[in-house]
Amino acid sequence: MSTMQFILIGVFIGSAIIGYFLINNVPSLLHTPLMSGMNALSGVTILGALSATALAVSSDNAVLGYIFGGLAIVLAMINVVGGFFVTNKMLNMIVKKKEKGRLPQ
Amino acid sequence: MSTVLFYILSSIIVAMVLLGIYLMSKVKMSAIGNKISAFAMLGGVIVTLVYNDILSVWFLYVAIAIGLILGLYLGKKIKMIQMPQMVALLNGLGGGASALVGVFSLLSKNTNTFSLLTASLAVTIGMITLLGSLVAAGKLQRILPQKPIVIKGHQAHTMILLLLSLAIIILSACKFIPTNLIWLMLIANIVVSSGFGIIFSIRVGGADMPITISLLNSLSGVAGAIAGLAINNIILVAVGGIVGASGLLLTQIMCKAINRSLFDILLGKSKKINAKPTEKVPEEKEEIEVPLNEKVESVQEVDEKVDVIEMLNNAKKVIIVPGYGMAIAQAQHLVKQLADKLVNKGAIVKYAIHPVAGRMPGHMNVLLCEANVDYEDLYEMDDINSEFAQADATIVIGANDVLNPAAREAVGTPIYGMPVLNVDQCENIFIFNFDKKPGYAGVDNPLYSKNKGVHLYLGDAAKTLLDFITLLDKQ
Repeated sequence: MSTMQFILIGVFIGSAIIGYFLINNVPSLLHTPLMSGMNALSGVTILGALSATALAVSSDNAVLGYIFGGLAIVLAMINVVGGFFVTNKMLNMIVKKKEKGRLPQ
Repeated sequence: MSTVLFYILSSIIVAMVLLGIYLMSKVKMSAIGNKISAFAMLGGVIVTLVYNDILSVWFLYVAIAIGLILGLYLGKKIKMIQMPQMVALLNGLGGGASALVGVFSLLSKNTNTFSLLTASLAVTIGMITLLGSLVAAGKLQRILPQKPIVIKGHQAHTMILLLLSLAIIILSACKFIPTNLIWLMLIANIVVSSGFGIIFSIRVGGADMPITISLLNSLSGVAGAIAGLAINNIILVAVGGIVGASGLLLTQIMCKAINRSLFDILLGKSKKINAKPTEKVPEEKEEIEVPLNEKVESVQEVDEKVDVIEMLNNAKKVIIVPGYGMAIAQAQHLVKQLADKLVNKGAIVKYAIHPVAGRMPGHMNVLLCEANVDYEDLYEMDDINSEFAQADATIVIGANDVLNPAAREAVGTPIYGMPVLNVDQCENIFIFNFDKKPGYAGVDNPLYSKNKGVHLYLGDAAKTLLDFITLLDKQ
């Protein structure tokens, strides 16, 4: 294994450990938005899709690149955009309701 | 862009993601946290385009635009009630994308053992996530049957598929496999992992659904991280790792709440096995119970109506217990109406939310917030369980398993040992459920046959609640 691969595995383990301790005592009110937000973040694979596709469409296997790459980017993009959008929608709803509740009744 | 600058920017992006997730676990900051995460993702895309010098590849923009439009369209169209299937679907798509990145890496020429291994793993985890999520979404959208489907030797099949995919991953990474066999391995990998995703997800129902969705969510992060390992992309590895681990923690929080181990849920243990707890059910089960007959119900209603309404009108403390039935009946606005009426008559109304009420973690909270319920009125199980005994009345809307007292006594049933809401300790219980059938867990609820203090209003909660509210008004 090369140094780069060691670094990558180190980053993976490190980020997993940080991620594991990042959240605790999440109020169940936020379980759905938090999950949905993390779901949007898991679309980070869009970065991989972009670089891999760019590489593939300029290779001699261009057709495969267009098909698989296009599909990968579209899927990841739906995941990211849809995910952040609905999370935002939910959170706005929760926060808005919260402020409304504070108004004098 | 120089390599040093790239790493600096990558670190900033990862830090922003961490901050975003952290803030999203705090009520007041959550909306900002989400925006920071979204912004980090945008930054990641730009950095990737610039660093790899691929700004000029027009095709990427076409694909981005299509995904963007579809994502916005889905996000706009979706209603709060459909959120569980939306999350599952989006999650599956992310997994599918990671699998495709793995496919790319496998088919590229400069392969070594490490990238072959990680790429195969990315395909496997990505496909499991994709198919598992699609099945879950299909169940939630009612395209597939909602009841758990268990085939003969389910656990054995699950294990075999799991071992098979492990074998395929290891074989794929072996140098002695000729290159022209890579396609074959890839197809075998896709078939086996898809099979595992389906078989794992198809038997999920009831209380396991929120946990499964959360687990798949974690898996899609892992798939992204592994895909990142395969193509040497450090942002992918870091963000995927964070999402995978914090998703796993969220899953564990939920597992703990219902007293089940993740492993049991994965293997489908103690599901639908000897679901007949009858001998352990307390003796108050007097079998003179009314049949499922509307006429009898209405007679019962007339009998009690005056007393009951009188009692509710004077109630000082009322606890509302919502469940998935409230979601199906879309009754959250009526629930809020009812609560408002009671508050106007001088009662304190609290909502008791079981950790796995609904089909997605936090499902009830989102729906009630949509209906304008103040989130400070929503209480988690541990915070409110001691209050049922003092409450004047408890109103149950479409919930069953989460308050089934049999969970404490009925050894050997799927819900045995799951902490439940102490609804049975309350003197007056109003139950607005569709019917008296057992919930997903298949365990009869002894509350239904308890005659004293339990008022059943069977039928579509949207209708029964409306009738009930009109009744309250008349008094």
